Amino acid sequence: MSQPSVPERQGLYDPRFEHEACGIGFVCNIDGRASHEIIQRGLQVLVNLTHRGATGADAETGDGAGILMQIPHAFLERECASQGIRLPEPGDYGVGAVFLPQDPLARARCESTLERVVGEEGQHFLGWRDVPVHPEFIGETARRNVPRIRQCFVLRGRGLDAAAFERKLYVVRKRVEHALAADGVHGFHVPSLSCRTLVYKGLLLAYQVKKFYPDLADPAIESGLALVHQRYSTNTWPTWERAHPYRYLCHNGEINTVQGNYNWMRAREAVIRSGVWGDDLPKVLPLVDASNSDSGKIDNVLEFLVLSGRDLAHAMMMLIPEAWDRDPLMRDEKKAFYEYHQCLMEPWDGPASIAFSDGTRIGAVLDRNGLRPSRYWVTKDGFVVLSSECGVLPINPEDVKYKGRLQPGRMLLIDTGEGRIIPDEELKAYYARRQPYRDWLRANLVKLGDLPARLAERARDAEPDRKTRQKLFGYSLEDLRILLAPMAATGGEADGSMGNDTPIAALSDRPQLLFNYFKQVFAQVTNPSIDSIREDSVMSLISTVGAEKNILDETPEHARLLELAQPILSEEDLEKLRQIEHPWLRAATIDCVFDAAGDDLPSAEASLRRALDRIRSEAAAAVRGGASILVLSDRAAGRARAAVPSVLATAAVHHHLCREGLRMRCGLVVETGEAREVAHFALLIGFGAAAVHPYLAFETIRGLVDDAAWVPAELTPEKAAYNYVKAIGKGLLKIFAKMGISTLASYRGAQIFEAVGVDEGVVREFFTDTATRIGGVGLGAIAREALMRHESAYPKTVDFERELDIGGEYQWRRGGERHLLNPTTIHRLQNAVRKNDLGQYRDYAKAINDQSREHYTIRGLLRFKGGSSPVPLDEVEPAAEIMKRFCTGAMSFGSISAEAHETLAIAMNRIGGKSNSGEGGEDPKRFTPDPNGDWRRSAIKQVASGRFGVSSWYLVNADELQIKIAQGAKPGEGGQLPGYKVNRWIARVRNATPGVGLISPPPHHDIYSIEDLAQLIHDLKNANPRADVSVKLVSVSGVGTIAAGVSKGHAESVQIAGFEGGTGASPLTSIKHAGVPWEIGLSETQQALVLNDLRGRIRVHVDGQLRTGRDVVIGAILGADEFGFGTIALVALGCIMMRVCHLNTCPVGVATQNEELRKKFTGDPEHVVRFLRFVADEVREILASLGFRKLEEIIGRTDLVEADPTATHWKLPNGLDWSAILHRPTPPYEGVAIRRTCGQQHGLDKALDVELLRLCRPALENMEPVELSLPIRNVNRTVGTMLGSALSLRHGLEGLPDNTIRIRFTGSAGQSFGAFIPKGITLSLCGDANDYTGKGLSGGRLVVFPHPESTFDPAQNIIIGNVALYGATSGEAFFRGVAGERFCVRNSGARAVVEGVGDHGCEYMTGGRVVVLGGVGRNFAAGMSGGIAYVLDPLHAFPELCNPGTVDLERVETDADERELRDLIEAHFRHTRSERAEQVLEKWATTLPHFVKVFPREYKRALLGIEFGKENY
Amino acid sequence: MGKPTGFLELGRKTPARRGAKERIEDYLEIYADPPEDAIRAQASRCMDCGVPFCNSGCPLGNIIPDWNDLVYRGKWREALDRLHRTNNFPEFTGRICPAPCESACVLGINDDPVTIEFIEKTIAERGFAEGWVVPQPPATRTGRRVAVVGSGPAGLAAAQQLNRAGHRVTLFEKKDRVGGLLRYGIPDFKLEKWTIDRRVELMIAEGVEIRTGVHVGRDVSGPELLREYDAVLLAGGAEAPRDLTVPGRDLAGVHYAMDFLEQQNRRVAGDGVPDAGAILATGKNVVVLGGGDTGSDCIGTSHRQGAKHVYNFELLEKPPEKRGEDVPWPVHPAPSQILRMSSSHEEGGSRDWAISTVGFSGTDGRVEKLHGVRLRFGPPDPATGRRDMQTVAGSEFTLDVDLVLLAMGFLGPVRDDMLKQFGVGISERGSVATRGYATTVPRVYAAGDMRRGQSLVVWAIAEGREAAAQIDRELSSDSR
Repeated sequence: MSQPSVPERQGLYDPRFEHEACGIGFVCNIDGRASHEIIQRGLQVLVNLTHRGATGADAETGDGAGILMQIPHAFLERECASQGIRLPEPGDYGVGAVFLPQDPLARARCESTLERVVGEEGQHFLGWRDVPVHPEFIGETARRNVPRIRQCFVLRGRGLDAAAFERKLYVVRKRVEHALAADGVHGFHVPSLSCRTLVYKGLLLAYQVKKFYPDLADPAIESGLALVHQRYSTNTWPTWERAHPYRYLCHNGEINTVQGNYNWMRAREAVIRSGVWGDDLPKVLPLVDASNSDSGKIDNVLEFLVLSGRDLAHAMMMLIPEAWDRDPLMRDEKKAFYEYHQCLMEPWDGPASIAFSDGTRIGAVLDRNGLRPSRYWVTKDGFVVLSSECGVLPINPEDVKYKGRLQPGRMLLIDTGEGRIIPDEELKAYYARRQPYRDWLRANLVKLGDLPARLAERARDAEPDRKTRQKLFGYSLEDLRILLAPMAATGGEADGSMGNDTPIAALSDRPQLLFNYFKQVFAQVTNPSIDSIREDSVMSLISTVGAEKNILDETPEHARLLELAQPILSEEDLEKLRQIEHPWLRAATIDCVFDAAGDDLPSAEASLRRALDRIRSEAAAAVRGGASILVLSDRAAGRARAAVPSVLATAAVHHHLCREGLRMRCGLVVETGEAREVAHFALLIGFGAAAVHPYLAFETIRGLVDDAAWVPAELTPEKAAYNYVKAIGKGLLKIFAKMGISTLASYRGAQIFEAVGVDEGVVREFFTDTATRIGGVGLGAIAREALMRHESAYPKTVDFERELDIGGEYQWRRGGERHLLNPTTIHRLQNAVRKNDLGQYRDYAKAINDQSREHYTIRGLLRFKGGSSPVPLDEVEPAAEIMKRFCTGAMSFGSISAEAHETLAIAMNRIGGKSNSGEGGEDPKRFTPDPNGDWRRSAIKQVASGRFGVSSWYLVNADELQIKIAQGAKPGEGGQLPGYKVNRWIARVRNATPGVGLISPPPHHDIYSIEDLAQLIHDLKNANPRADVSVKLVSVSGVGTIAAGVSKGHAESVQIAGFEGGTGASPLTSIKHAGVPWEIGLSETQQALVLNDLRGRIRVHVDGQLRTGRDVVIGAILGADEFGFGTIALVALGCIMMRVCHLNTCPVGVATQNEELRKKFTGDPEHVVRFLRFVADEVREILASLGFRKLEEIIGRTDLVEADPTATHWKLPNGLDWSAILHRPTPPYEGVAIRRTCGQQHGLDKALDVELLRLCRPALENMEPVELSLPIRNVNRTVGTMLGSALSLRHGLEGLPDNTIRIRFTGSAGQSFGAFIPKGITLSLCGDANDYTGKGLSGGRLVVFPHPESTFDPAQNIIIGNVALYGATSGEAFFRGVAGERFCVRNSGARAVVEGVGDHGCEYMTGGRVVVLGGVGRNFAAGMSGGIAYVLDPLHAFPELCNPGTVDLERVETDADERELRDLIEAHFRHTRSERAEQVLEKWATTLPHFVKVFPREYKRALLGIEFGKENY
Repeated sequence: MGKPTGFLELGRKTPARRGAKERIEDYLEIYADPPEDAIRAQASRCMDCGVPFCNSGCPLGNIIPDWNDLVYRGKWREALDRLHRTNNFPEFTGRICPAPCESACVLGINDDPVTIEFIEKTIAERGFAEGWVVPQPPATRTGRRVAVVGSGPAGLAAAQQLNRAGHRVTLFEKKDRVGGLLRYGIPDFKLEKWTIDRRVELMIAEGVEIRTGVHVGRDVSGPELLREYDAVLLAGGAEAPRDLTVPGRDLAGVHYAMDFLEQQNRRVAGDGVPDAGAILATGKNVVVLGGGDTGSDCIGTSHRQGAKHVYNFELLEKPPEKRGEDVPWPVHPAPSQILRMSSSHEEGGSRDWAISTVGFSGTDGRVEKLHGVRLRFGPPDPATGRRDMQTVAGSEFTLDVDLVLLAMGFLGPVRDDMLKQFGVGISERGSVATRGYATTVPRVYAAGDMRRGQSLVVWAIAEGREAAAQIDRELSSDSR
């Protein structure tokens, strides 16, 4: 299938990691009337979405674009006739759009195969038509790989109806694909083969589509509908076939669960039976093409379901269901529909806006959380345009009937056959009522509570006792004290700080649980993580267990499953299952233990392997014998038998049953003593388990309660167990959410992990398709580790140690796990920098660098190759040059003290390096240098999801603007600064109220995909054109392709942070279990950037536990230009790794806001300067010894290092596999840079703001008022921002007097309209605007109102897109119309009036005022801790729509409130002439009681405190 | 865990000492036991460090944060278990350790460290009081036999560990009672001897065979031991004292400190000391030469015996009162690096530094005068760190004395028949040479001061434990 030009998997690059996102759209005539205009308008939509796509190194080669249409019969008839082909009536023939190899022999092979198969399938081949193309209009790269494009025509065989014919065409395509793949023929691809639709697509830029395919310009080509797509891919491969539209859909977003969905679909093939397919079914298997992207895979499934007879809309509802189980407002029949369908298929989960069509019906659906934009207009003459943005077609305002948007989980469907739009409610009610789903469920779906209680079958034997068991499963004292006790006591996980500095599991000398070898993968950029707490309405832990049935049928028996409300089973629950006696459920228990003899790796391996073989065959036999629930149990572990690591047993059974075609016939339940922390359960579920009974965790908690150790004395065992289950559930949701996954059902089996240090053979066999990239432990070492635990439980010699192992993972302990920062290294380093003692530094560096005996890091196992001739040290570039490449880590003022923060900034400014503000804003006082020449300004200003203090003035005072996508300590998670930490200084720089808690959302709400990131980069570049923009990512599989997307998005720098890094507070499980070491991610980044020729235009920055000059050199060799030091810089300043940053009790004044403790800070800028100079000197020495004079000469030179043969480890008899990390990719062509050589092209010169700046010069320079009127289009993005930046630069924090600059626009504004505009600018817009309107508003004013000629009711129609006023800090906004989702998210000071909002309004708001004069969506005020919202609610519907977590609902009672509200509404009327406002003002006395005041509780408390003078912050 | 803000709320408070006047009337311990609440409050000052330097600073690796937390929570039993995990005899170290852990305490960077030692003692005593400390005989016996020579803290710890590991242990002690320096070196006011008896009884109950009054090398030969036992551990201490070779050294009234201290310990224990050889400070002008712990013990004992006046001279300069830059936190300062005020110093006498004793004189063979001179120290030599020492011209002085006690440290193990019979190698520093704890002779091991040279009780226990572990490992692997 793939073309020869696509690189194979090589080094760390794996095509599986690629992502894409895009702009989508469709146009249609509701009545289906075909016209050429539809095609033209479709193409115009495409062109107007160009900015949502991307180009690679070759600016003329896009990532792909295309159009799907109805078969243009008249046009084809004419064209075919000219070639001697006589087409029959429409519907009697199918058309194929076919990409063929250019090589004539291969092409002939493809063509003859296709012709032959058509005949064999009883159809008649009519002929080929060469599709005329103009390669001269497309990019060089695309041209080099252009396929031969032909259309083929197939006559319907006798006796087939249309549906059967369409199925036959599908069979033909699948057969040809399989046959050619088997013959090794590449370059064959069928964009479409159908009697209904036809696709034109290619590796094109939007504007090139029409030029490349002259067919499309032919007035004879007509269609009633057109689906279009503009692709933004993270790679630059010339992949013609991956352009959308696919055969049924095009997709903007990402399916996060695709690996699991794919595995489950493969497994389902074994139980698919269908009358309509008859003998053809085997011909079309496998259904899903493994090499397809996520969009391609879901297209494969949709196509199959539809061809099998399921309605298009019904199939989409099954694939992408709404969030149903926690929605109190959903009708029961619809809930029953979704509950029933979860028995058939897990959701395909992730941000998705999918437009689809079968040629008659066309529609679009949005994911359950509404994470992609989809706007549509319906005109009075029956035309519909839907697109990622509004304003993509010029339509007269008076012709618009209404303007809408797709809401989360909702569908828009137009049936051109019926000639009408079918509203979501009607559509879904129809499908919900097709069958009596609720009755079916009631009669068949079993709930745990329905089952009779059972006594435990196995007598709870005295042997092993609790402590022996704990040793058997490797429990340490830390597991009890640090992990389990807090969960049992509080129902939540414990936090920690200062990252992770212990060895990875494969390098630890201690027996590690196999769990610890797997790291969670998380969302960054291409798929937003979710806030599982504040947006819990979309989250679900429900799953089903049992034998699933044919997905093509729909019978009551499909519901014959067991439904579990959540996955952690108590002993009683488990026994109910184990001893189930039920007509359609049967359980079998399989002992997952192995012979405990085996002292060396080979014999241990042999006995583990025997056990795994037994377990797998017993599992298969049990399922064949009718078991529908398999209990995988390690209860039988004891003196003679050790436990098989539970995740190994689970994954082994899961994949074995998949391969045997048995997987859908049973559910897996794991009974294990091993699992105890959240990450363990996530792994078991991620590898296929439906539920887990962690018997030893429960037993241990029982013990904690009995002893009242680390838990309150009043805690009962029942409450402790309840709390534990709750904590695990919450933690699981958080882990799912990290990957942007909402439901357990779709997380199960999704394998969202990367193995670090596990042998590839082991992974292939047991954890199939999981990434593992450095090789590592084999079954022998895995078995030995289990046996070491066994030996500590049953010692062969007399036991000295009766207590549990000391642990030492979370806190250093003598005799526990090793830490890079230990008493010795900390002491040496601090001594070295205080006394400026190079000798002490060398001792320190040696302790870290020399890992021949004690292993800590992957890089420690490398050595520099000998053989190069050294150069004299004085010829190497000076330390001062090297130090310019150094940065300190992003640590916010708030996480660390002002003293520490400023000391770091001064130090870095002294040496010309860069300090990083972190995400907490920065005191403007620091922007001016001190009298002594020191400068406390951070060169890097971070822009994180919370947008604290991110104003125009903050942004212009930076050399680099860093978008923090993720941080090493807790990638994919948000954060929270509790109210008690928000003192008045922190509150000031963060634009917050003292005492009111602040939340950083997990995702940036303006980055749900790669093209959104490009947009934010563009915004920031506008906000400060002189600053570089950087993007901070965390190392994990696939980070390289994200980095490629970042480079394509025009960032100047990409940062790869290791998972070990991070100073901030995070849940302990996140510190340990998410992300991978930087060596892997950095190397992958370098390889991906070079392979795509994207390296030359971007800097690569690495950080995460960098400690020494050697670390810097290895970093450079693996591809880094810049180096960040976080933790270690703090240690130089006196940090002694207390790891209590989250408690505010740092005893050395580094990470605390406590005034007494801050006095204890003794750090000095010189400490950091000295440390970095030592590091730079060490770098120089290594460079000299390697024979180089400049650091840049070794960037990407992986040939300079090799595995150190003396660094051996007992777990790794064959060492690690370095081939992938040290792989040097072959660049696609000559001259590809392997380090940064040039800059990025932002195209700011083409921005509308260039004109605005020119016209507004009198205002900027002389403060003279300026008024302008201009047209605006959706392609004008980020309008006003550069103007604002210039204003801030000149006039500072204060800005200009109100209304100095007034600009009136008419039209549809592009994204980020008015972003960051400061005081003095008023932008008003007659028309509408897209997403991110007023983002970061910094004092300016925005007004948007519909065109006076519009006839629709503004209060019922959408006027601005999603995420408006995100992170606004001050200013005003008035919108006469409805806003999309997440209006005013993270607003901290702006005042806004709007006439309706979508879901999640005012989310995380901490300040400002919002007035909503119309309807609101669900989950209003989630996480809102400050500011006030007034919502007009005459129907009293609001309380159900509001998230009551943090707010009180009150009436507007005080005079001050009433005045404020009235003032705002009057201003709204003044600016927008709103009828709604006018009505409200006219009937003020009777309307006022209908306003609800949404008042955050914390805010109220803080306001009262201030009012009564009790403020003590 | 623990109380995160404890250290912010409370200051360090050590338990009260009985008044100096009162306590020099007896030989009982000088500390009053504070109420439990006070101890728990002190434990709450522990900050539960991410990198607990105390744990690293303690030679035993006592898991101090864990038991501080447990004490704070009132979990005494668990605290005792956690303490015994690393320390066989917390009742000793809790009383007489100079507490390197407290020097390393993170709170000590800019505040007073946690009162770790006293918490340790309290946990141990609570354990005994509650009856939690009971014999722990091994479940099974290995059939191996180990001889431990010397019953000081190293020998005791090794014997207990090896016995608990299932080996048959015989502990040889040349004196009449078990304990070594603990018994006869340290005065009762620092360590009352019933604490040793209490522990030894437990060890006997656990199955350790104790043979006192058997001088290995004299009463039983090395080769004999090696025939009878699978392994022999030499833990005979570093008992050879440093002498002062000056004119008048032979005068009566000039004694080694250890002879003086042993006699008093025997008296307190109820043994008679014949008048003939008795060394007593009663009514005398006493000079103690040497500013270390032994010297300090001599001062306290002299006062209790009713000395007229006690002088204490130290060769080196007066150390600074706070640790200097050369011994930054968390380094444990040597006695010469920080001025320590022991309880005995509080009780009276005068201390002086930088004094070299050049001779004694007297009549009738009895010492009457000490001749001394003051010293001046140059800057440290950059290469060796040593400082040049010169006498100050014209500073010569003479002091009337009746009793001179030499407390100037120890040179190493006594090179007696035992070492010769075993034929073990001797290191450059004069101690028994070892690899790990194995001597140059197969099956013979050494630990404690005998291997390490003069050191602390806490180091002796640590060495005893580690040597036991090595012996156990090697005996066990032997059997395979």
